[in-house]
Amino acid sequence: MSVEAKTLEERQAALKGLGTSRKRVEDARFTQGKGNYVDDLKMPDMLFGDFVRSQHAHAYVKSIDTTEAMALPGVIAVLTAADLEPLNLHWMPTLAGDKQMVLADGKVLFQGQEVAFVIAEDRYIAADAVDLVKVEYEELPVLVDPFKAELPDAPILREDIADQKEGAHGPRRHPNHIFTWEQGDKAATESILESAAVVAEETVYYHRTHPCPLETCGAVASMDKVNGKLTLWGTFQAPHVVRTVASMLSGIAEHNIRVVSPDIGGGFGNKVGVYPGYICAIVASIVTGKPVKWVEDRMENLTSTAFARDYWMQGKIAATAEGKITGLWCHTTADHGAFDACADPTKYPAGFMSICTGSYDIPTAYLAVDGIYTNKAPGGVAYRCSFRVTEAAYFIERMIEVLAIKLDMDAAELRRINFIKKEQFPYQSALGWEYDSGDYHTAWDKALKAVDYPALREEQAARVEEFKAGKTRKLMGIGLSHFTEIVGAGPVKNCDILGMGMFDSCEIRIHPTGSAIARLGTISQGQGHATTFAQILASEIGISADDITIEEGDTDTAPYGLGTYGSRSTPVAGAATAMAGRKIRAKAQMIAAYMLEVHDNDVEWEVDRFVVKGAPERFKTMKEIAFASYTQAIPGIEPGLEAVSYYDPPNMTYPFGAYIAVMDIDVDTGVTEIRQFYALDDCGTRINPMIIEGQVHGGLTEALAIALGQEIAYDELGNVKTGSLMDFFIPTSWETPNYVTDFTETPSPHHPIGAKGVGESPNVGGVPAFSNAINDAFRAFGSTHTNMPHDHWRIWKTANDLGLHA
Amino acid sequence: MIPGRFDYHQPDSLTAALTLLNDLGDDARVIAGGHSLIPMMKLRLAMPEHLVDLKAISDLKHITVKDGSISIGAMTTQAELIGSAELALSAPIVKETALQIADPQIRYQGTIGGNVANGDPGNDMPALMQCLDAEFQLSGLDGQRTVKAREFYEAAYFTARDDLEILTEIVFPVCTGGYAYEKQKRKIGDYATAAAAVLLTRGADGSCSHASIALTNLADTPIYCEDASKALMNSGIDDASIAAAVKSCLEIIDPVDDNRGPAAFKKHAAGIVLKRAIDNAWSRA
Repeated sequence: MSVEAKTLEERQAALKGLGTSRKRVEDARFTQGKGNYVDDLKMPDMLFGDFVRSQHAHAYVKSIDTTEAMALPGVIAVLTAADLEPLNLHWMPTLAGDKQMVLADGKVLFQGQEVAFVIAEDRYIAADAVDLVKVEYEELPVLVDPFKAELPDAPILREDIADQKEGAHGPRRHPNHIFTWEQGDKAATESILESAAVVAEETVYYHRTHPCPLETCGAVASMDKVNGKLTLWGTFQAPHVVRTVASMLSGIAEHNIRVVSPDIGGGFGNKVGVYPGYICAIVASIVTGKPVKWVEDRMENLTSTAFARDYWMQGKIAATAEGKITGLWCHTTADHGAFDACADPTKYPAGFMSICTGSYDIPTAYLAVDGIYTNKAPGGVAYRCSFRVTEAAYFIERMIEVLAIKLDMDAAELRRINFIKKEQFPYQSALGWEYDSGDYHTAWDKALKAVDYPALREEQAARVEEFKAGKTRKLMGIGLSHFTEIVGAGPVKNCDILGMGMFDSCEIRIHPTGSAIARLGTISQGQGHATTFAQILASEIGISADDITIEEGDTDTAPYGLGTYGSRSTPVAGAATAMAGRKIRAKAQMIAAYMLEVHDNDVEWEVDRFVVKGAPERFKTMKEIAFASYTQAIPGIEPGLEAVSYYDPPNMTYPFGAYIAVMDIDVDTGVTEIRQFYALDDCGTRINPMIIEGQVHGGLTEALAIALGQEIAYDELGNVKTGSLMDFFIPTSWETPNYVTDFTETPSPHHPIGAKGVGESPNVGGVPAFSNAINDAFRAFGSTHTNMPHDHWRIWKTANDLGLHA
Repeated sequence: MIPGRFDYHQPDSLTAALTLLNDLGDDARVIAGGHSLIPMMKLRLAMPEHLVDLKAISDLKHITVKDGSISIGAMTTQAELIGSAELALSAPIVKETALQIADPQIRYQGTIGGNVANGDPGNDMPALMQCLDAEFQLSGLDGQRTVKAREFYEAAYFTARDDLEILTEIVFPVCTGGYAYEKQKRKIGDYATAAAAVLLTRGADGSCSHASIALTNLADTPIYCEDASKALMNSGIDDASIAAAVKSCLEIIDPVDDNRGPAAFKKHAAGIVLKRAIDNAWSRA
């Protein structure tokens, strides 16, 4: 056999396992337009749903008249809250322990809120009928500023729970107050602040933005009244959780519900939660007995499905005169919109915001987060990050810069002297986390060397002099960022979603001829799982990745899992894959030993086969073993070669990285140019370097969007000002610079293959790098901090406020 | 983002199109490339019952340079403007402007006629046409008439074109002097925060023998800066005259606050963009 003629290295390479830049197997269909997305589904007799939405941010719904809409030929039904109430589906639970209106129940609380659901024979009739539904509103005062939520004249938004003094996360001090979440030692931190040589203070706003996946959210529900089975196809980042929630809400037994996530065109946290459209499609299908499709349009996506961020982070950071940080204090006002629909593990109402001590050895810290209701869309999801980690990283990376200004120190050096040292890992943070591994100094020094940091600072200083001398109108900013992520939620003892522990799973079947299928509880939205999970398995079981099918997203076939978000697929499902692979290998070892007529312990694993110790010519390849498992009667061993693993990780993983952005800023127009971007990522063991690079490019591009212009802005009446892609910034290739990527590799000590996850790091680290570059450009002129997004006019305003246009 | 119902017509001659417009009256709209109209229809801000598509009328698609004059058929796409070697020689500012409109995909669809006729102050071609002193040919069932670009725009979306007329052709003189179209925008595909079209011709003695300035998206119509243009011709080009011209232009603009920023910022940006356009045009003159 030709396989046997190959060298060890050739056999290794043939597996296309860990560390191989294997081409994405998904791309053949995506690049040819052959993907199968939810809106591609077509079924006989399928009906279409569309929403009547509120144009008001806060109003009572006095009446809904559906007569004219119902009279339009082709309209089947118009659902309102009154129709859903008998089913107890006019409200639904949120992932954050709150509840949310499915359809307006007496009032509306944000512009774009779902008021009625029209069901019609085609999509156009549905839209026409939406225009014919007459809703009478009585407008109410609007609350858009969370800092005004508890003033005496503030309107009460959630009258349904106005009297509840206790929420899902403890006491509520006001009807517009959701929770207060505290971590760390308040008294000790405040005492350090009082006595510290230096204290820097700043309020850092991480504005409201939106994940805006290319494909919007949608679902097709099909109730088969003959067999009693409900099938729900949809854009779900967590299909199993959707099945369980659908069962609990509808009363349909869980085995009679099949949830399928087909190809998904990006999620970025937007597709974790459950939306009114899903519920209405299900109810409509149950009522009509026909499949019902609901797919939102771009404006509906931007204005009504889950937003991200909107954190006002007030910070105080204490240090010695030499710059050693001694304490960190943070109070965050979190604008959650009309319902608390954050997608966080149950016990973490502010997600992992308590990772806000970042990459630094800060002995004492305190964090408090107040969640507030406003007349804005609900959400607060992890947009390409682990729960609230971008907020935390942005906060600490801005505070470090602010402290450097106060100390009149170089910000790179300030970071260096405060980094957690390599030998301190596993490191216990002041806010309760155990960082698994890291080598920040090595990464930092590599990054600074790669960009020739001292030369950049010299050039910047020269540029400032030229500017002051009237020789240039452009300033230069150097944006430093050293971030630490916390991903891979997570240990079941700490992390759950609606009570479901955040484990994940993998089930492997080896076919008789030596190829395989593996199914996982996660679901790719573009991450390339079909490529990378096959690589993990290839290295574990010695079957080429090309011979392994990866399947996800169908709850009738895949093992239960908590889905894909928060960079958890590799840390959790990737670990389950490796562990299931090891079970396969353990059984294969027994089969090989039987076939080779030796004791189990007398064979050893070698790339793709078991070899008799000391007799390398005697071996059985995995392919031969697989065949034997189905064809031979082996005493004491069950036929077949399958395994399943449910993996509960012992800890999170802590990827990190060092990013440096160099930007030029036109002081007169506010126009910016990204001259250089260097990104060093350490995501532990690297599974597929090409996919890592792609992930980093994508995440950095979303980061530049957020930092430089992407926002969901409201006016004082609660109108969304940025509800289309004309105003909501999505960078094209034109706005995107060339990125230089680099890496160090510090494996996670607790993960079976040492991998940590990477998809979200570039967004977490990228935003502070870009924002720090803009802010750094104005440091020489006395500016300490300006808020994102750094679009043209806001940069111009900074320059104008500093008198640079005089 | 689902439009209302409409009937679609694709006449193959100008007369047929004009007859349709006449017969259908207010319920009909002419569609060229559709990149302004279709989004408005998807938002149901426009709900025409009939669309009269001009794309099958071959007479409306041409670029002709003859006797010092350039005529362009209304259905000529932005991509065709960019790709025309003749136009690049006879009026290079057209290509420079078209390249700053939207993105390549849209430029394959969007037409010069639609861009100038729609009356959207965000469109780039109207100011350019004023800068070039172009004339628009308007055809109705009763005959043709010509309106100067500088007299065509009345207010946002209101122009001198009668609802029953079709803008068929754009005519302007060959211009081979110095030129620049400078546009500040937030991103590809965006309308201008501020943009300026400038033509400057250097006379044999080094003076400025011709000057023309027009501005985009800084009022509810394009702004032709007649005074500043004349002043530059009289005074020649130097730092003081440029500063005076910019100042004169800024006095007649009236930008509004929007997501691109407040009016004060736009005014400042307009001054910068215009100064750069003048410098650039003069350096090419």
